[in-house]
Amino acid sequence: MPVDFQDLSADRGQKWREDLRAALAAKERSALPRVKMPELAPAERIKGFREVNSGLNEEMAVREAKRCLDCITPSCVSGCPVGINIPGFIKRIEAGDFLAAARKLKETNALPAVCGRVCPQEVQCESKCVYHKMKKPPVAVGYLERFASDCERSERRAAGAAAPVPGAEAANGSRVAAIGSGPASLTFAGQMARFGFRVTVFEALHELAGVLSYGIPEFRLPKGIVRSEIAYLESIGVVFERNVVVGKTLSMDDLKSQGFQGFFIGSGAGLPKFMHIPGENAIGIYSSNEYLTRVNLMRAYQFPEYDTPIVRGRRVAVIGGGNTAMDSVRTAVRLGAEKAMIVYRRSEEEMPARIEEVHHAKEEGVEFLTLTNPVEYVPDASGRVKQMKVQNMELGAADDSGRRRPVAIAGSEHLIDVDTVVVGVGTDPNPLIPRSIPGLEVSKWGTIVVDEETMGTSLPGVYAGGDIVRGGATVILAMGDGKKAAEALRDFLRREFPAG
Amino acid sequence: MNFIIEKTFLSENVARLVVEAPLIAQKQHPGQFVIVRTDEKGERIPLTIADADKERGTITLIVQRVGTSSHKISLLNAGSRLLDVSGPLGRPTHIENKGTVLACGGGVGIAPLFPIARAFKEAGNRLIAVLGARTRELLILEGEMAAFADETVVMTDDGSYGKKGVITIGIEEVLRREPVHLAVAIGPAVMMKFVALLTRRYGVPTIASLNTIMVDGTGMCGACRVSVGGKTRFVCIDGPEFDAHEIDYDEMIQRLGTYRAEEKESYDAYLGTLS
Ligand SMILES: Cc1cc2nc3c(=O)[nH]c(=O)nc-3n(C[C@H](O)[C@H](O)[C@H](O)COP(=O)(O)OP(=O)(O)OC[C@H]3O[C@@H](n4cnc5c(N)ncnc54)[C@H](O)[C@@H]3O)c2cc1C
Ligand SMILES: Cc1cc2nc3c(=O)[nH]c(=O)nc-3n(C[C@H](O)[C@H](O)[C@H](O)COP(=O)(O)OP(=O)(O)OC[C@H]3O[C@@H](n4cnc5c(N)ncnc54)[C@H](O)[C@@H]3O)c2cc1C
Ligand code: SF4
Ligand code: SF4
Ligand code: FES
Repeated sequence: MPVDFQDLSADRGQKWREDLRAALAAKERSALPRVKMPELAPAERIKGFREVNSGLNEEMAVREAKRCLDCITPSCVSGCPVGINIPGFIKRIEAGDFLAAARKLKETNALPAVCGRVCPQEVQCESKCVYHKMKKPPVAVGYLERFASDCERSERRAAGAAAPVPGAEAANGSRVAAIGSGPASLTFAGQMARFGFRVTVFEALHELAGVLSYGIPEFRLPKGIVRSEIAYLESIGVVFERNVVVGKTLSMDDLKSQGFQGFFIGSGAGLPKFMHIPGENAIGIYSSNEYLTRVNLMRAYQFPEYDTPIVRGRRVAVIGGGNTAMDSVRTAVRLGAEKAMIVYRRSEEEMPARIEEVHHAKEEGVEFLTLTNPVEYVPDASGRVKQMKVQNMELGAADDSGRRRPVAIAGSEHLIDVDTVVVGVGTDPNPLIPRSIPGLEVSKWGTIVVDEETMGTSLPGVYAGGDIVRGGATVILAMGDGKKAAEALRDFLRREFPAG
Repeated sequence: MNFIIEKTFLSENVARLVVEAPLIAQKQHPGQFVIVRTDEKGERIPLTIADADKERGTITLIVQRVGTSSHKISLLNAGSRLLDVSGPLGRPTHIENKGTVLACGGGVGIAPLFPIARAFKEAGNRLIAVLGARTRELLILEGEMAAFADETVVMTDDGSYGKKGVITIGIEEVLRREPVHLAVAIGPAVMMKFVALLTRRYGVPTIASLNTIMVDGTGMCGACRVSVGGKTRFVCIDGPEFDAHEIDYDEMIQRLGTYRAEEKESYDAYLGTLS
């Protein structure tokens, strides 16, 4: 995302910012220790699904905001995929105007309360913070982002009013559709509504927000936050249609004949991968999608009050090393597992999960079996998995992705007792949409092919973004795509339908 | 949306619901299903679209009480509504003129079989229906089938109606008697397994429609996976119909039993709230 340094510097040049910078010397700022996120103690939090991180209080937030040096060329901004004016919002926190900080965030990020919680900051914004050059921990951008947006949300709730729409344009009557309701579509929808379009979001499930609802657990992202962001979008005129599977319930042609002129496909990468090893269809072996969906979307952890059941394993192995695997294994702990294991074929350094999640998982007693790979599942007479055969691995030469490739060590097979296995080795793009839209160009991996500048697909007026384009990626990248596509679609529609 | 227009019982434990669902009624084809949720705490369960009326904008669901969710649905009456109905899901049956088609339905499987059988008849096939039930009271849709079928054979396990014996006996009589070009089997997994064994002996291509456990019905979870020809397939997006001779029924039957203990716990608790 190209960063608009002119905008940043105009904001930075304001009198109050100058005064704030003058109030405390850079040396004193950089001498302050990085704030620690208050969190529930492990023994307490594993009893339920309450959010682990409890959030900064005002005093902590202002103190952390003081650490930010308000750099002339803020390198942190180039680490953020949507180019948030990071010093701009942080300095508003330091000045005590939390709502102004939240507004600043919302100019570029429709879901700051979500991103502040789930962005892999250590490889994005915070990785570029100037503090690294001083061999000091970076400014806690994510914690501050969460703080400001949480303040704004509780304010909004207290006032019972809709937040003002930053930069809203007059309604133009043109209708656009978003397919899927994950972060890519939500961002697209918010942006188009602001541009004055009538937006309808179609979602296959009975609940909105994609992975934010069915995937990421309550203890990391409380569903109330997601719901409140949806309510905000509704308040600015976005219409949501649940239980509509585009390609099945309605086709693209149906939508066109209903008067939709522009389209955004944000249908995600929802197809779970399995490893296709013997015994994988035994009872007690779940995809991480099924495991997390049963718990998050269907509330199986409240069975039998809720009707959807889940196997509550005592010895649970989760295969994989990404966020999905960490979420699954920590869910297993909360469902009462006596032994919860991560089984990962590379070493801990290669794990794609956020560092914070790995750390939290360890605190919660999760065992890490790295350089270990399952090769077979052994069921009992009733077909339930009782053991898994694994192989030890070692790291060989680097592969295309630059990571060292795991190689099996001959003769290292051994058995581990398990009664539940969660396979979290990734997902593929859901083929439903590509299959149902003739002429839509799709890559050999099943992702939709787009022009990277505009997110335009091979069909005019049809844009796509998020995981359906990237394969499994991140919330903020999906959001960045939604925003880019909205701008391109607006320009396209203004050209095609100038009267509108 | 999703209002129930009509509700009747076809037998003591089988209810028939006509549900307002105009979009789905427009789009559905024989062989497809919907996912239904009754209330905020309810499960998502798959039910075949047993019939549809495009003009009225309704679909017909036929549900057999086997546990909490199906019982809840069977108790809904005209005027109330289903919380969520999503579909039509799954691939439609491939309908063509084959010659003679044998439609084999067991128990509540006769409901999903009905629109498929009718479509094969409308495509010009000679259609022979063989319907099986444990006992006379459990037999559904016989009259509706007989209305278009060239021949309808009824088998009951206890001989209380039609011929006595399991469904495969009735099927084999037809297979011995005349050439059959395609068989369609829908019913309990064990029934489909034995029908498949039989039709394989006679070299008759056969499709079976599978009723695995599902959650989303859109290919997202893998709960519905089965082994077909040694490969893992998802019933909700690759099916629900597969080559009956390639399905690993034993694995499927075991997987259907995944939650037996939980289902009983849930059903007992639910029945407790009714009494
Ligand atoms: C368990 C888990 C944990 C994760 N943790 C993190 C994290 O900590 N940080 C991070 O940045 N990223 C994380 N990710 C990745 C991140 O969630 C995804 O990259 C992001 O959600 C992708 O957004 P999206 O909008 O492309 O699609 P999704 O969020 O996948 O949403 C797509 C939506 O489209 C719907 N849909 C699909 N097909 C149709 C159709 N035909 N008609 C109508 N609707 C349809 C789906 O039901 C779904 O609701 C995680 C992912 C998972 C699974
Ligand atoms: C594509 C598809 C179409 C279907 N169409 C119909 C239909 O038209 N009418 C209808 O009555 N049912 C149909 N089913 C089956 C129906 O979904 C299940 O009966 C229902 O989910 C059971 O839920 P429950 O809570 O009432 O019972 P549960 O408490 O979940 O189960 C009670 C008992 O039923 C068995 N059972 C559970 N799930 C299934 C299943 N999927 N199939 C068979 N037995 C099961 C269990 O093993 C258990 O013994 C269909 C299933 C699929 C996959
Ligand atoms: S959106 Fe994510 S990457 Fe950007 S500033 Fe916020 S936490 Fe950092
Ligand atoms: S690089 Fe670090 S110190 Fe500089 S503006 Fe960004 S967050 Fe503040
Ligand atoms: S029901 Fe979830 S993938 Fe088929």
